[in-house]
Amino acid sequence: MHELSIALSMVDIATETAERNGGGKVTAIYLKLGALAGVVKDALQFSWEAACADTVLEGSRLVIEDVPVVVCCSGCRAERKLDSINRLICPVCQQPTPAVVQGKELEVTGLEIE
Amino acid sequence: MSVPRLVKVRENVLKHNDFLARELRRDFEAAGVFAVSLVSSPGSGKTVFLESILRSLRNEYRVAALVGDLATDNDAARLARANAPVRQITTGTTCHLEAEMVRDALDGWPLEDLDFLFIENVGNLVCPSSYDLGENYRMVLMSVTEGEDKPLKYPTIFNTSDAAVITKTDIAEAVGFDRDEARASIRSVRPDMEIFEVSAKTGEGMDLFTARLVEKMNSAAMEAAGGRRQAVVN
Repeated sequence: MHELSIALSMVDIATETAERNGGGKVTAIYLKLGALAGVVKDALQFSWEAACADTVLEGSRLVIEDVPVVVCCSGCRAERKLDSINRLICPVCQQPTPAVVQGKELEVTGLEIE
Repeated sequence: MSVPRLVKVRENVLKHNDFLARELRRDFEAAGVFAVSLVSSPGSGKTVFLESILRSLRNEYRVAALVGDLATDNDAARLARANAPVRQITTGTTCHLEAEMVRDALDGWPLEDLDFLFIENVGNLVCPSSYDLGENYRMVLMSVTEGEDKPLKYPTIFNTSDAAVITKTDIAEAVGFDRDEARASIRSVRPDMEIFEVSAKTGEGMDLFTARLVEKMNSAAMEAAGGRRQAVVN
């Protein structure tokens, strides 16, 4: 389980950002999480409280936005959203689609600071 | 009570690792070394496979290996039997290698003396998928005893790898391994993936695999040389 180390990196990013923005207590953090990022959402939520202990993020909410996988289908010449990361196949023309254009995100997008 | 203010950010959580991985990739390219990493579940045969590759490449090429393990240096000791320089990375409780561990383990090692550097990750199909190690080529291994649907259970690691290697093919028949189903599972999560079938024990498929690796190294070297020429022209 590497989610605790991911959570600790997020705490570092949030602490630095809060300092750069005049300090204060971070009450929420927003994260974009791609389906192919290799991070388990539940495990990350589970690690969050422990990662925030004794920091300016103590007691903060972790708000995760799930980012689905989007592939570029060469058959349709169009971007297609996939329901599953187990089948990289165009849902419209059924052609295998290796070109992933979205879904690997692991990105902090915002903070609420008090 | 004050109203919280919203601060917009756009930061990759793994930026530190990704930065170090880019530096490593640049160092590998400058030194002309082709870095290959291996990931798999525990017990899929990474170490014996790597030992076999080191033995077959070492007469013609300068090879070395870094090997990650949670607690022991048994794998490094086994690989050292192949008469190649080996360094151990003991990760303790960490379930994957990170770029920083690779950089630290390479400290003082003259990369320009190498053609191939192999990096054996900790046996784990989940956590290593998030961490770029600066490698040129990532291989994911699965043995015939693990079940044909392994790629469907661990799609991310298969999706982030460049090639899949099916190991222990010498016992495929005995365990009722269905080759076609396994290949279909791999292609389902990564449609353009290159697939190899090998037995490090009998040698089946190993020559084909090492020949392909040499081909990959040569084309990476050509690309790097082309890039350098381009840089001079510009």
